[in-house]
Amino acid sequence: MTNAFDGPRISRRAALALPALALACPGLARAQDGEPRRGGILTYAVAAEPPTYDLHATSTFAVMHRLAPHYSTLLRYAPGNYPKIVGDVAESWTAADDKLTFTFKLHPEIRFHDGTPLTSEDVKATYDRLRAPPEGVVSNRLPSFQQIAAVEAPDPRTVVIRMKAVDASIMDTFASPWNAIYSAARLAKDPNFPARNVMGSGPFKFVEHVAGSHWVGERFDGYFREGKPYLDGFRAITMSPAAMVNALSGRQILAEFRGFTPNERDRIVRALGEDARVQESSWMLHMILTFNCQKKPFDDPRVRRALSLALDRWGGSQSLSRISQLGQVGGLVRPGSDWSATPAEMEKWPGYGRDMEANRTEAKRLLKEAGAENLTFTLLDRNIQPYVTAGIFLIDQWRQIGVRAEHQQAELSSWYAAQGSGNFDALVDSFTQFSDDPTNVLIKYVSYDKAEVAVARATDRELDRLFDEQAKTVDEGARKKLVRQFEARLFEQSYAVPILWWQRIVVMNRRVNGWSMSPTHMIYQDLGDIWLSA
Amino acid sequence: MLSYLARRIALMVPTLLGVALITFFMLRVVPGDIVEMKLRSDGGYVTQELIATERARLGLDRPLVTQFAEWMQGLVTLDLGTSMWTGRPVAEEIGTRFGLTLQVSVMAAIISVLIAIPLGTLSAIFRDTWVDYLVRVFTIAGLAVPAFWLGMLIILGLLALFHWSPPVTYTPFWQSPLENLSQLIWPALAVGYRYAAVVARMVRSSIIEVMKEDYIRTARAKGVFERLVVMRHAMRNALLPAITVAGLEFAFLIGGLVVTEQVFNLNGIGRLFVEAVSRSDFILIQALVMLLALVFVTMNLVIDMLYGVLDPRVRHG
Repeated sequence: MTNAFDGPRISRRAALALPALALACPGLARAQDGEPRRGGILTYAVAAEPPTYDLHATSTFAVMHRLAPHYSTLLRYAPGNYPKIVGDVAESWTAADDKLTFTFKLHPEIRFHDGTPLTSEDVKATYDRLRAPPEGVVSNRLPSFQQIAAVEAPDPRTVVIRMKAVDASIMDTFASPWNAIYSAARLAKDPNFPARNVMGSGPFKFVEHVAGSHWVGERFDGYFREGKPYLDGFRAITMSPAAMVNALSGRQILAEFRGFTPNERDRIVRALGEDARVQESSWMLHMILTFNCQKKPFDDPRVRRALSLALDRWGGSQSLSRISQLGQVGGLVRPGSDWSATPAEMEKWPGYGRDMEANRTEAKRLLKEAGAENLTFTLLDRNIQPYVTAGIFLIDQWRQIGVRAEHQQAELSSWYAAQGSGNFDALVDSFTQFSDDPTNVLIKYVSYDKAEVAVARATDRELDRLFDEQAKTVDEGARKKLVRQFEARLFEQSYAVPILWWQRIVVMNRRVNGWSMSPTHMIYQDLGDIWLSA
Repeated sequence: MLSYLARRIALMVPTLLGVALITFFMLRVVPGDIVEMKLRSDGGYVTQELIATERARLGLDRPLVTQFAEWMQGLVTLDLGTSMWTGRPVAEEIGTRFGLTLQVSVMAAIISVLIAIPLGTLSAIFRDTWVDYLVRVFTIAGLAVPAFWLGMLIILGLLALFHWSPPVTYTPFWQSPLENLSQLIWPALAVGYRYAAVVARMVRSSIIEVMKEDYIRTARAKGVFERLVVMRHAMRNALLPAITVAGLEFAFLIGGLVVTEQVFNLNGIGRLFVEAVSRSDFILIQALVMLLALVFVTMNLVIDMLYGVLDPRVRHG
């Protein structure tokens, strides 16, 4: 389980599932040929430029895939063994019985890249910055830190974290790759120091960033993990997805860690032959159909439910997975994760039944009852794949119940503007997180006044209650029941509903060894375990 | 000549001011919010308060007139501002990319001139022969095939034939000429082909036109060799419209290599432009538009000056 309060352990269900997952998704374990060897520069592609260097202030992979190698976190996900949590700068930790106090013992020999020791004061300064950012500092992590009452540093190696209330997802917060530990001394001089500077305690030191071109890191010889990192350095190159395929095929780069489409995978494999290493997994990223619940007729649950009922998710999954990254059918939590519903449970939700004729008949009935026959509206979408594919799929499905939707494909900035201002009827949205923990995921579906990330703009106190309840429930079985209740309520109301979950396809040159595949592109990016074969 | 030059430079000011006004206010009515994008990307959780704070930090909450006045003041003092996306000075963002784009444009221009003038001339001299037909097919194909598509073909061809693709990061020419050229020669060829097609067709039609002039007939009547008639008498006049086209094409290349830069992964001005627009980075877009406007008006001025050099009839008093 991800919420292993007292040091690393793994749930029985996950332990039983892992061998099967390893067969289905061989990449979930670490892929490598032979024994690790030192040396070499890893060149890999990143599809976007970082808006900031501050991991606390953003959620984009464009920052994570460049900055993660420079930083450490308090805990981390065990390489090759997601979702097991192990220590990073913390050597060990204990949780009080009431789960309201956590005590961490730090490794004794950790140094920042400037040679200064990393102590509990640095952890305290970092966590205080995350939970109560000084003026002018952006913390994107406020919700996950809201239950932390105090962070104490009684001695240089001990960190004590006191909670206001139990938070079942707190271990994921401690292991989050976003919560990089910054130097207290640097923050004291300038709280915004990390926004434009890179100085951590991770396996690689920062060398240079040439805007729009590349980012370079070199091995930090003082890294606290013995013998790591293996690489002499890395070079992250900014490039478009189309250029990545050619560059990987032409061996100009060795990897890209976010993911390719099936078509791109096939092209690279054709070009590289046996030198291609393909790793696939389900992905903590799902496409969402979001209705603007403050607009007619989407303020009527019958209309929303009808539009969700009309979607043949099972059929769509089969056909769309061949041409895009859209893959599995799932609920609000990643299918295959510890928290997900079984297919049998899913089939009971509106829009997940396999009898499409019955679903469409019911959808038409609901629309008629709501006085919304011959409904026409605009579906706001992004102008990139696989969003466009998802939009086309939706429109085709709705056409079959007599609903006509205009497909408006917008640039990202216009799409965000419409989403933020509520100037849309329905939109194709997506959501990703670094862990499967329900608190991290369900927040997308609560009331708008509780979380602005829930862009359906609905108010549903029952969902809020269930969310709060599961967030403080430590017992795994009881929490799962609450998650199921949350899902049942959500699908009944259908403010926003998942369309399909993405499939992560990572293709790299076989020379790259030791990298861990996982269901999220946000973890395992510190490159500390990666080595290059000849 | 100097007073003409001064007049032309003075006329550039209202042109650029007009561009600045239109750009600034049009950008403010186009939908898009850089702050929402920056903070919400990949599922970022942010409150409206945080968005308001960031907007205030970037100065987006101030009256438009104030923002415009500050921008104008910056332009006059050569301070282009700071990118709202990266937080780096705009001059640095542009400076990093300008060298690459300029080099590709110059290389494409050289390739184009080397191809276009001989082909256009041959096509005109051997009008309606197989030489002319061959050149016309070549040039029409150049106009019909988009440069980015040709670029994709080049890359796929290199991959298929040599299992090799051009380098993906820029190395300045003075650091490693071979590395530099192995990256930039391909986009220069892809762009230069279209550029050459445009110029070659202009050279052909101009030479055909000029060859009908009385002074050409006179030269021939005096017994001047045909080669000299073409090279000395016809070419000099025929090149005037070709120079105009070539100059404007060159100016276009500075900001117009958008897709080609994507295909070859060139960190140039075109790609920066696309990124700035997709992020609604107003400050950067404004600076880029002003840069391109400046390039265009400067190229026009240079073309007019060249007219004076090549044709005594239009020499400026």
